[in-house]
Amino acid sequence: MSRDPQLESVLGRGYQHGFVTDIESDTVPPGLDEETVRFISAKKQEPQFLLDWRLRALERWLTMKEPHWAGVNYPPIDYQAISYYSAPKQKTEGPKSLSEVDPQLLATYEKLGVPLHERARLAGVAVDAVFDSVSVATTFKERLAAAGVVFCPMSEAVRTHPELVEQYLGSVVPYGDNFFAALNSAVFTDGSFVYVPPGVRCPMELSTYFRINAAKTGQFERTLIIADRGSHVSYLEGCTAPMRDENQLHAAVVELVALDDAEIKYSTVQNWYPGDARGRGGIYNFVTKRGECRGRNSKISWTQVETGSAITWKYPSCVLRGEHSVGEFYSVAVTSNRQQADTGTKMIHLGANTKSTIIAKGISAGHASNTYRGLVSVMPGATGARNFTQCDSLLIGPDCGAHTVPYIETRNPQAVVEHEASTSKISEEQLFYCLQRGLSEEDAVNLIVSGFCRTVLRELPMEFAVEAQNLLAVSLEGAVG
Amino acid sequence: MNMPLLSIRNLHVNVADREVLRGIDLELPAGQVHAIMGPNGSGKSSLSHVLAGKPGYAVTAGTVDWQGQDLLSLPPEERARDGLFLGFQYPVEIPGVNNAYLLRAALNAARRARGESELDAFDFLSLVKERMALMKMDEAFLSRGVNEGFSGGEKKRNEILQMLVLQPRLAILDETDSGLDIDALKVVAGGINSLRSPERAILLVTHYQRLLDHVRPDRVHVLARGRIVKSGGPELAHELEQRGYDWLAEEAA
Repeated sequence: MSRDPQLESVLGRGYQHGFVTDIESDTVPPGLDEETVRFISAKKQEPQFLLDWRLRALERWLTMKEPHWAGVNYPPIDYQAISYYSAPKQKTEGPKSLSEVDPQLLATYEKLGVPLHERARLAGVAVDAVFDSVSVATTFKERLAAAGVVFCPMSEAVRTHPELVEQYLGSVVPYGDNFFAALNSAVFTDGSFVYVPPGVRCPMELSTYFRINAAKTGQFERTLIIADRGSHVSYLEGCTAPMRDENQLHAAVVELVALDDAEIKYSTVQNWYPGDARGRGGIYNFVTKRGECRGRNSKISWTQVETGSAITWKYPSCVLRGEHSVGEFYSVAVTSNRQQADTGTKMIHLGANTKSTIIAKGISAGHASNTYRGLVSVMPGATGARNFTQCDSLLIGPDCGAHTVPYIETRNPQAVVEHEASTSKISEEQLFYCLQRGLSEEDAVNLIVSGFCRTVLRELPMEFAVEAQNLLAVSLEGAVG
Repeated sequence: MNMPLLSIRNLHVNVADREVLRGIDLELPAGQVHAIMGPNGSGKSSLSHVLAGKPGYAVTAGTVDWQGQDLLSLPPEERARDGLFLGFQYPVEIPGVNNAYLLRAALNAARRARGESELDAFDFLSLVKERMALMKMDEAFLSRGVNEGFSGGEKKRNEILQMLVLQPRLAILDETDSGLDIDALKVVAGGINSLRSPERAILLVTHYQRLLDHVRPDRVHVLARGRIVKSGGPELAHELEQRGYDWLAEEAA
């Protein structure tokens, strides 16, 4: 394949599916400069502070270089060939019923056990035609409002809660943090905003499932979650079914802030389109996720199950500033076919008696490569800090690879940092044992893999855990034999 | 007499390039318990593995008829679903996989193959708890990882528990008695005896005759250097206990 068509498929988002927006001005031509940023900000009717912030981000981004230290390979991306604003698709542009949806996609949903109405939603069928989304969304909003929880699209929060956005946006991931974060800061179009007031325990799991109006957010999402003193919130991100998203480059930023005694649990099941068996197509997932335990006794917990994307570059991290704060990272990253994942976490211990736990499980099959890259950093003030890290890799077949790259920096002699790592293969003995009990080879592999991931999967909210397990099964289909 | 459940004819098997079975002939009718005895390295475990379909064993000659089918042409999982069970000498650990989960998956795989409906969690649990009581096993075993951190004796009990839940037509028990103290041996023997019935058969592979004091075999076969060198009634096991294997090995040479 020559480079041009390949590049085109990487960059030609929005065009390859041939939809044309009704109004010319809802799509900007490809390219990124000050005008693009002003256009986006004006479209969103943003306050001046945000426009200024975006422009500073752009200015910084123009001086930055794309990072290439991660263990991933991909053809160069021409950032000037991407269109940075496209109005959300109208409902009428999607398929009108399930009969118009790719049967292969529906078969996968069925295997995952996604309910029928949700399959339709995931496949992009106009929601109103399928079930009464309005009533679901309304009940949900009423319950949250009664508790004082703000949960809305970022673009709405910018107008309804500008003071919170101004105070917290970029306070964990500054616009100049890294190349992709700077790009996101300049051009982000939407995402989620959550604010939980002091002492409130959010009455339900917040999930993008319910945020129906923002289901079509683009490739540069921006999410900000603030848990005020003594509050508690659990947020579920992503959908558990394979989304054939037309986006190719996905550069999101997620910021979490936990104040005194607050707790945020952030769970992700990521299953973007991984490309086909020969490595064509798929999402480049370059995401910056970071939480700051700003207050005493605060806690941030990241749990992720990553099975999708052609390339994953993602390090959900915790800055443990408050004394006695706790950071956790539980991860399962699955790569098969030609997928590449470079993922891990950073735990930055600033406050005294801060604790962090890292459990990372990498699974590789086919020709995939899987790298765990992690940093545990203990600063001089972090007396009594403790970290426990465990990285396990499981290889399926002879052609895949797994790498573990742990960095440990300790500038406090009293810190306790423990690291354990293992690499194993699914043994012939285990496989034969399961076959001898009548399981098919596929079921046997799934069983062994889910056992391997158990310590992470049990961190997921219950209903999510079941779907994640099904997802692992689908991802590894045909990985053996 | 009925057609035998299992009929092995002139079976030759290589592992790598070494011949480990050199012409085995064996008929196992339904309703009977046969013991395969023999010194270490005689080919006992190889025979168990070949019958269960473990990879790495090359059949160079011979046939195995299994309920009218060519056993050797079936993949291991189909043999299992058809009712062939192997109790492993060294049951492998599968970390993180719930014991009950594997067992239910195994049972339902067999039920599906027979065209029966799957057992739901409730029915499964009442079945498995009843069998656990028979094996004097604590219910806590169900939620532990498969063989994870089990003692040698616990692993063997767990194998027999699986057998009792799956109710196979043919159970091949490879050195199930090794590593058991006398109380555990009695419990395991009780489990094996409870499986005896006119439509099932059991092949006990063992080095010592002490299990045979509790599970009385109909026939005893002595394996040496990859061949059955002597067959007889249960009294043969006692003779071996007294005289050892050497005299037979010499006969076979």
